[in-house]
Amino acid sequence: MSSIAAAWRRLPWWVEPVSVVIVLSVFGLYSFAIVSFLPGEYKEYLSPFYSPPIPHPDWMPDFITAPMFIIWMPLGFRATCYYYRKAYYRAFFWDPPACQAGAQEREPRKAENYRGERAVFVLNNVHRYFLYASFVVLAFLWYDTVLTFFPGGSFGVKVGSIIWLANVVLLSTYSLSCHSLRHIIGGNKDCYTCVRGGNTRRKLYNGVSRLNLQHPQWAWFSLFSVLLTDIYFRLIQAGVIPDLTILG
Amino acid sequence: MSEGNGNNPGGVTSKAHSPVPDEDLGKSGKMAKLKIFRGDAEGGEEIGYEIPLVEGMVVLDAVLAIQAQQAPDLAVRWNCKAAHCGSCSAEINGRPKLLCKTRVEEYDGGEIHVGPMRAFPVIKDLVSDVSWNYEVSKGIKPFQSSEQAPFTMYEEDVERLYEPKKCIECFMCQDVCHVLRTHHKHPEFAGPRFFVRNQWLEMHPMDEADRLADLKEDNGLGFCNITKCCTEVCPVDIHITDNSIIPLKERVADEYYDPAKWLMRKIRGS
Repeated sequence: MSSIAAAWRRLPWWVEPVSVVIVLSVFGLYSFAIVSFLPGEYKEYLSPFYSPPIPHPDWMPDFITAPMFIIWMPLGFRATCYYYRKAYYRAFFWDPPACQAGAQEREPRKAENYRGERAVFVLNNVHRYFLYASFVVLAFLWYDTVLTFFPGGSFGVKVGSIIWLANVVLLSTYSLSCHSLRHIIGGNKDCYTCVRGGNTRRKLYNGVSRLNLQHPQWAWFSLFSVLLTDIYFRLIQAGVIPDLTILG
Repeated sequence: MSEGNGNNPGGVTSKAHSPVPDEDLGKSGKMAKLKIFRGDAEGGEEIGYEIPLVEGMVVLDAVLAIQAQQAPDLAVRWNCKAAHCGSCSAEINGRPKLLCKTRVEEYDGGEIHVGPMRAFPVIKDLVSDVSWNYEVSKGIKPFQSSEQAPFTMYEEDVERLYEPKKCIECFMCQDVCHVLRTHHKHPEFAGPRFFVRNQWLEMHPMDEADRLADLKEDNGLGFCNITKCCTEVCPVDIHITDNSIIPLKERVADEYYDPAKWLMRKIRGS
């Protein structure tokens, strides 16, 4: 991994922001297409974009689909995430695109117009509320994953169940490594020995801190896992590949 | 040991602290190519120099060799040559680096462009005027406690305070921060170095001062858009963004941007 990271660092500075723009744009378009036009249930599987399944109200216009009532939670969680903020400020706003002097000189915003996170982006401070909402969605994703291990009502393991499990583990790890969670769980205390349960909070804080060191990696791995899980779902639904049984 | 030799007029006892001896220059048969900014606040240009490469040579060695042999009026600030004092901060190929911690071999024989830190006024050649930082430092609310030192504190309460204390005040994080470097928010924005200092004070179990209003208003924490350049250049590996700036942003959010906490404060009358 360190050699890959070293090779990545040797690339021209614009490679990283351009890659981020491409990946996030493709993911955004794919997500929009899925929740707008395609179904989300097949056999024991539920697409991660459709969890939890909710009915579409009759009075709602058809272009607003049921999963759109859900997707704003994980979407908002990622949009306000401290790591993704870094990624999109650099990639989409070039604010700055990279750290080298040559890259910073290309920052398009005039000095007098720069407001950082003081103007519209001050809204990113609600990240903790999207975290709470994402935990609700995560609970449903775990429930959906358990159901994939009981195809037809009895225990069984298929390739799909393993994929759903890997996806929910990665999403959980991403959520549990969140900077806001790190703050709420113990980072907001100055003195652990002065408060009831302080030692437990310190241990939880240290645990989240360890996960937090790899927060960017969890952010990308979980993004790709959602994408790959949904692609697998579409492939078995279309009959392109079989969902092989491993056990049961 | 090179105590008292001709290359060590200060009588420093470690060879690491002395310039590269003349007899070592040229042993490798390779040349190091440097382009060094020569000028002052009025302007200047890069001048090319070549010197014999010595295995293990750091950029400061090369600059000092050039100063000794080719350009005696070349201005460079340095002191410990051991990455402890933070004096020799400069920009190498557009990135802030400690001259004493950057090996010439890292650049694979390519040209090495050396210049002063650009977020601050240039005095001469590689020397910038970093005194603005000391003025900011004076404005940081000092440690306040109603108890008299020495304090009894427990390891688990102070373990987070070791990392910010590693800071050597090289000001490279200030130099690379686009809020200062590109947007020139010097009057309104304290910069990463002082968020590290504030984090140490804010998380200190014995400190009782309220710093959140200062952080939000006077120190301009909201100008930081957490793009992590400060963390990338820190020579002592302080996780400035993750462990100082973001925790402070979360504390400011507790106080000013969390509607539930605001409501609870209203109900409790606090």
